[in-house]
Parts: sequence; C-alpha cells; structure tokens
Amino acid sequence: MTGAGTWSLGESDYERINEHLTELLKECNARCALVVDRTGQLLANAGEELSFDPTVFASLTAADFSANDELAKMIGEPEFASLFHQGEKESMYLADVARRVILVVLFDKRTTVGLVRLRVKQTVQDLSALLDEMFSRAPGQADKGGPLDGADDEIDKLFGK
Amino acid sequence: MINYASREINCKLVYYGPGLGGKTTNLEHVYGKVAPEQRGKMVSLATETERTLFFDFLPVDLGTIRGFKTRFHLYTVPGQVYYNASRKLILKGVDGVVFVADSQMERMEANVESMQNLYDNMSQYGYDLTKLPFVIQYNKRDLPNAAPIPELQEQLNPGWEVTDPAKQRVTPDSVNEGEFLISQVDGTWIERAPYMESIALKGEGVFETLRHAAKLVLKSMN
Repeated sequence: MTGAGTWSLGESDYERINEHLTELLKECNARCALVVDRTGQLLANAGEELSFDPTVFASLTAADFSANDELAKMIGEPEFASLFHQGEKESMYLADVARRVILVVLFDKRTTVGLVRLRVKQTVQDLSALLDEMFSRAPGQADKGGPLDGADDEIDKLFGK
Repeated sequence: MINYASREINCKLVYYGPGLGGKTTNLEHVYGKVAPEQRGKMVSLATETERTLFFDFLPVDLGTIRGFKTRFHLYTVPGQVYYNASRKLILKGVDGVVFVADSQMERMEANVESMQNLYDNMSQYGYDLTKLPFVIQYNKRDLPNAAPIPELQEQLNPGWEVTDPAKQRVTPDSVNEGEFLISQVDGTWIERAPYMESIALKGEGVFETLRHAAKLVLKSMN
C-alpha cells in the first residue's frame, strides 16, 4: 500500500471505538460523538441520528483542526489538544486523540462544557490506547490482504483501460 | 482508508495547480454530472469573489469493487501563491494528486511555480510524488494562446529517472497514442506522469482525468 493516507479499520476495532463513544455519551449526556481521522474521513459515530452530511462534516472537522494546529504553532504552542465551538443552542467539543484521529462531541443545553470536557479526557485515553494497539499490532486480518489485492482487472473494468 | 465495518474504501484525491487554472471548475462539473445519490454535498470555502480560500470538497462514489464502495473525496487547494499554509494542510494524507495546469502561454511561469510548490509541500510531509498516483491535466486547450503539449511537457513533466531495474522497460501511454510513460532518453530510463487534455468549462476531459486518477489510486492499494 503506497497511498500516503492508507490504513485499514477492521470490524472489531470499529465496534470497540463505538463502545467507547456510547459510554461517553451516556456519561456526559451529549447528543452524539464522531471519530474522524486527520485526513477528514469519518471512522465511526454514535448517538442521535445525524441531521447533516457526515462526510462533509468530517472533512471540515479535519480542516478546522489542521488550521488550528498551525495557529498554535504560530503562537509558540505545539498544538491545541482540544477546541470548543459554542453556539446558541448547539455546541461542539473537539479533542485530539494520539495525533491520529479527532473526537468530536456535539451537545446542547442538557449538559455543560465542563462535564463534556471532563468525560472526554477519559475517552481520549481509552481511544489512544486502542489506536496504539491497532497500529502496533502485527498485520492482522484487515491488513494481510486488502480487498483490492489482485483486483487489477476489476479496476480496469470499472474505470476503463 | 479501508473501512471493513462500512465496506468502504475512502480515497483522498487533491486537485492542485496555479490560481484560476480550473481546479474548482473540474469539481463543479463532476458535481453537476454525477447522479445525486452518488455524490455528497459540495463545499466551497471561498472568498466573496469566489476565489478558493481554503478548499473545495466533493465526495463521490465511483462504483463498487468486491463488495466495497469506492468513495473518492475530491479536494481542490487555493491556487494563489500566498495561501500556501492552507494549501499544504489539504495535502495531508493524500492518496493521489491531479495537477491542473493552465495551458495559456502566459501562465507557464505560474504553472512551473505551482508544480515546484507541490513537490516542496509533498516532500515536507515525506511523500514522494514520483511514487504516488499522479496525473497532470492540461486545461483550457481550446484557447488560442494555449501552449503546445510538447512545450508544456518539457516544462512541467520532464520526468524522473527510473532506477528500479524491474521498471526499466518501455511502457506505452494508454491515454496518448504513440507516447510513452517510461522510455529511454539518451541512455537514461525516464518516467513521466500521465497527462490528459481538457476544457473543464465545457466538461471535456474532466471525467477522463478523474477516472484515470481514481484507477491509479485503487491500483496503488493492491
């Protein structure tokens, strides 16, 4: 795999990420939580059904975080580990996880930013441990042979020779 | 990123090139032609005068392979020189690059500068453009002041040396008949990026470029 951003997310890892998100939502009474990778792709989401296009949301989240990272560097900080956007009714809290993914929590007046921030800390730790394990693991089912192995003919068929 | 849970292969394709070269026009054409169920919302972070400020973004589904939906996230970068900080951010995690060159003679210098900037920004992330799926699109071919293709090739796509003996064999260019992607020049094996011609405003060459780049990206994953 040569793509600069190529990696795989197996089903069991996806389920474990989801469990952490569900747990977080239960503890802080937020509406929904999403995990987005640094290139802007949505990995998982839990909670209320999303009323917006999650793909677009994920790309903007990554861009938001990247732009803020650069701003942090300009003022002499290595990074902003978390961001908080406050709206009149809806707010969002974003936190970096092991420099690999971003955890986004959407919440309203049923909770407070203090509680969200407090609970997110634990989830960031849990997800960091999970990601470390995922990336340090010996190639498993997800990495052994990708779904595109030996698929040259099918790719040609789909896109033309 | 291959997501086994959602059975999706997500790829990031970035359209790069000088300002006003046609990058956003490429995406707008794709957006207008692809069936709504095969694409998401197009987002443009632009100035009030419709110049790209941060990026344009368009997710498109290009079909299913082995039960996996192939989703391409198309991004453009701001072409104007002084937006380099945001331009560089968009390259993070890129799977493939389309360089949209402005064929007009007087834009040659801007093309060369943008190409150099692309190499510089990629190498700062540790990415090697000669190893990543990379397609050049010569846009605005219908304009009377368009430079001839050989001149554009010489300036923007002179090629790089092929050192791997396994790759040192004449490879015809499947797009441009009679031309080669890998060939020997003065005893040295040289590889060039594939190129396509286009008139993005009329939609000509837009899908050909996208399909070609998408194919290279997916093949790089197997």
